[in-house]
Amino acid sequence: MPFKRYVEIGRVALVNYGKDYGKLVVIVDVIDQNRALVDAPDMVRGQMNFKRLTLTDITIDIPRVPKKKTLIEAMEKADVKTKWENSSWGRKLIVQKRRASLNDFDRFKLMLAKIKRAGVVRQELAKLKKENSS
Amino acid sequence: MAAKRKTPVKTRNPDLIRGVGKYSRSKMYHKRGLWAIKAKNGGVFPRHDPQPKASAAAEKPPKFYPADDVKKPLLNKRKPKPTKLRASITPGTVLILLAGRFMGKRAVFLKQLSSGLLLVTGPFKINGVPLRRVNQSYVIATSTKIDISGVDVDKFDDKYFTKEVLKKKKGEGEFFEAEKEDKKKLPEDKKEDQKAVDASLIKFIEGVPDLKAYLAARFSLKSGMKPHELVF
Repeated sequence: MPFKRYVEIGRVALVNYGKDYGKLVVIVDVIDQNRALVDAPDMVRGQMNFKRLTLTDITIDIPRVPKKKTLIEAMEKADVKTKWENSSWGRKLIVQKRRASLNDFDRFKLMLAKIKRAGVVRQELAKLKKENSS
Repeated sequence: MAAKRKTPVKTRNPDLIRGVGKYSRSKMYHKRGLWAIKAKNGGVFPRHDPQPKASAAAEKPPKFYPADDVKKPLLNKRKPKPTKLRASITPGTVLILLAGRFMGKRAVFLKQLSSGLLLVTGPFKINGVPLRRVNQSYVIATSTKIDISGVDVDKFDDKYFTKEVLKKKKGEGEFFEAEKEDKKKLPEDKKEDQKAVDASLIKFIEGVPDLKAYLAARFSLKSGMKPHELVF
């Protein structure tokens, strides 16, 4: 039951409440027991309550409160974007976003594709069953 | 009255401040050319005799005076504006009809008629929705658009869709039999209009994969679909 993800300088977190919902931010300093100073390449550095953050597995190597340029370089070096997009959590979020943005026509095409795939699977299954029973 | 000018003259006496003109009375007399008018008329201002008034028709005294004063209804000068078309509805948009016989059907929007109603077609061959008028409020606009440039919709207006008035037969015995006539057949020219409008639409639709099946299917809310979260 030990903790695996710690709040530390360089920890990448996901914002789960508020104006920046869904953004990946980096903890650049700890203000007090409840708040952290948080920064991201596309936002102004500001404080955020820990309750608004969900820690991820990704950390980057930065000094305390780096300049924006250093932060961006460190994020590029650690390749945060690709690591996030390849992680199962990141992939799930991308899929959720894609599903939410589907058009009515897209949803229809998706339905047709699902039916087609199910048909192919069922055919294979029937074939295997037949082979097995004979 | 003297003849009016075609364009009214802006004042020849500009305001220095509100209430104080730039030119004095004598200067204005000169500027307006009243001296020239007087000179033309031999030293006096021309006088026009009042034009004879057209004699008003002799009003008959009313036959009936109400016992109490009757209030006149208030004057209403309101002119209703044409219905504003939602920005998401443009010619060629696929609309989901929400009420009526074709509830759930996806139809193609053609144009907005002068009454504010939307002119819509299935196309008929694909989903059975004919050229029809539909109210904007009973429609969801999807973001799917169809190319409508090959369609000529100018001949359709509200008059095209009015019901024909039946001539009532006065005969007693024939009354019930006349009512039992079979349903009115759709006149051939309306069928031709439908075909003409749908021809180019169907060609475009068959060019896009799955679009024909999409228009033929009805829309329905399934379990888990939240309309306020759906993107149409």
